Amino acid sequence: MQTLLDLFVTFFMIGMVSYGGGYAMIPIMQHEVVDKFAWMDLQQFSDVIAIASMSPGPIAVNSAVMIGFQTQSWLGAVFAVIGIVLPTFLLCTIVATFFYKIYQRKTMKAAFYGLRPVIAGFIAYAAILFAMKNGVIPTTGFSSKTVFMIGIFAGCLFGLMKYRLHPFFILLGAGIMGIVFFT
Amino acid sequence: MNPNESIRNTELFTIFTKMSPLLFGGGFSMIPLIEKAMMERRKWISPREMAEIIALAESVPGAIAINCAAIIGYRLKGIKGAIVSMLGVVIPTFLMMIVIGIFFLQFKDHPKVAAAFQGIRAAIVAIITYAAWKVGRTAILDKTTLAIAIASIALLYVLGVHPALMIILGMVTGIVVVKIRHMLGLFTTLEHEERKYKYRDYYIGDGI
Repeated sequence: MQTLLDLFVTFFMIGMVSYGGGYAMIPIMQHEVVDKFAWMDLQQFSDVIAIASMSPGPIAVNSAVMIGFQTQSWLGAVFAVIGIVLPTFLLCTIVATFFYKIYQRKTMKAAFYGLRPVIAGFIAYAAILFAMKNGVIPTTGFSSKTVFMIGIFAGCLFGLMKYRLHPFFILLGAGIMGIVFFT
Repeated sequence: MNPNESIRNTELFTIFTKMSPLLFGGGFSMIPLIEKAMMERRKWISPREMAEIIALAESVPGAIAINCAAIIGYRLKGIKGAIVSMLGVVIPTFLMMIVIGIFFLQFKDHPKVAAAFQGIRAAIVAIITYAAWKVGRTAILDKTTLAIAIASIALLYVLGVHPALMIILGMVTGIVVVKIRHMLGLFTTLEHEERKYKYRDYYIGDGI
């Protein structure tokens, strides 16, 4: 029961401050899920994000379901997803009722002027963190595996930037490359 | 905000339920679908309203797809509308994630799955890097915003500051900097030009 409550409160808090969608939430999720509660290790967490990205639906909601499910099965998933969706619901209805034109206010724009680079920093941090954990940036010495990982990374980034391939196909292609290289 | 009599909650729920399984690559992929269903086919929402809804959805924390659903549902049918629209997005996502989760836990140790996942891990780093680049491009407008971005990475990485605190700090810094610059008679560009059209390029740049 305590864990269920923790799941709810944690994801409620994450939902409260999750500006910038999916990947911008990685640092705060890592902070709570990996560092504070140790519901999973960083490798498992990075795999959750990968699965959440491959599946349809918002990445934030997908990862909440996965983390909740892995921690406390069905009920865990339900508590986590309610936690992450509830603040959105509350804030959207409050903002839509009372601060209808809030986003046009100068102060709001100024706040976002300062917030956006923080979010960009969050996502960049997430990229570095996962690169180190997943062996794209070698931390324990160089091996043939590192070369393959850097190769796949570079290929994927090229496909995204140059050909604007949809992430789903990038992940699919990388999965196939993984089977070719690593079995 | 007059609840629209002719629209039924069940219809609202069904529309979002049908959209939800098509959302690959984050919330922005829902916007073209909403435009088609709500604006073009049913004329429940005018293009101007749609632009306002997107702007509002971006200024509230949470997943864009859920925010859009909640705001649209609320506009059309009040609180009940907001609830059914959100459930419409969340329920299919939830069920699919559970199925995917069960499969993953079952097969993750299979050699082929594990090998595929090695590749996917490299790809997810690439996707996040690309997202950082895209958000960075619209976020970093001048020296101040560049400094904030670098400081934000450093605070996370070196000092382990709580990300929630940094969100608040970022907003306060923005307000203070713009105020000071205004008092000094300097003009600050608050938004990147491209942002206006950004959601057309829907995937990944999910967010703000």
